[in-house]
Amino acid sequence: MTPTAPATRTTIFKAGLSAGWPICLGYVPIGMAFGVLAQKAGLTPLHIGLMSILVFAGSSQFIAVSMLSAGASAPAIIATTFVVNLRHVLMSSALAVYLRAAHRGLLALFAYGVTDESFAVNLPRLRSGAWRLPQALVVNHSANLTWFVSTVAGGLGGRFIPEGALGIDYALIAMFICLLIYQLRKRIHLLTAMMAGLTAVALALVIPGNSYIVIASVAAATAGVAIHRRWPGGISGDG
Amino acid sequence: MGDYLLLLLGMGLVTYLPRWAPLHYLSRRSLPEWFVQWLELIPAAILSALLLPALVVDGTPRHIDLMRPELWVALPTFIFAWWTRSLGGTVVVGMLLFWLVGKLGPQLLGLI
Repeated sequence: MTPTAPATRTTIFKAGLSAGWPICLGYVPIGMAFGVLAQKAGLTPLHIGLMSILVFAGSSQFIAVSMLSAGASAPAIIATTFVVNLRHVLMSSALAVYLRAAHRGLLALFAYGVTDESFAVNLPRLRSGAWRLPQALVVNHSANLTWFVSTVAGGLGGRFIPEGALGIDYALIAMFICLLIYQLRKRIHLLTAMMAGLTAVALALVIPGNSYIVIASVAAATAGVAIHRRWPGGISGDG
Repeated sequence: MGDYLLLLLGMGLVTYLPRWAPLHYLSRRSLPEWFVQWLELIPAAILSALLLPALVVDGTPRHIDLMRPELWVALPTFIFAWWTRSLGGTVVVGMLLFWLVGKLGPQLLGLI
């Protein structure tokens, strides 16, 4: 069966890329926007590239750059990064359910690329069995490569792009909208999403920073489980 | 550059550990049923908690603003995503609509 080996590898790459290209498309404008901001804050393309490789977390990179230009200390920036990225614990825990007995070295490599976007693309495919770790790795690392290239490109030449061009500010929101739609499989998911969104809005008004994301998600999912256990039939139908 | 590298290593570490630890430890044991249910609800909760404030909350101090173009562009973008289930298409359509509203918005608002 030797001839199937390269074909399988090609199939894995094709599957991963055909699911992952929208993430890459979304990362180009966001990454370039980040590069432009970082360059304005005094970072060189080398600084920017190193950050994208070592950290690879969009929202906390934006926050770090704004804190750097405001003169914040390294411990403050690191603590903020930790809080912002704590939500990945929830995502990696959810992914772990479908990655039993996977190779630990590959899992360590996969962990590096767990983001809001790759998570939402990989999870339904791992759940349905259409996907295994290799395809998920292709998704994560093509997204990572795109992020790296876009942020550096933004740092190099982004100053020539006018502000607000082609609605780039909306790329991330549009991505979240579609990823949320993917998640609304049953009524309980819709209910949980509504509780999380409303709680997040209410909390965002009263507490500073973005810890409202983690608090609202944990509270809504906990309430969702409680409701689901109490009325298993009534609420778990298709949404 | 040395200080900057230390900062990046610190940021990298606190970003990587929450991504790695659950994959490393939870993939080897079976989880209680309620926890699996909870994890199953987490993605919808997180995405909604990220999204809704981005649509309706604005400014410092933060306040609710229902006239933000982010919110009104989100409605057709939602419908498009619901019908097509296409991530790439949704990103393109959302960006295009937001750009159009930015171009035409001032005139449209002038009519009201």
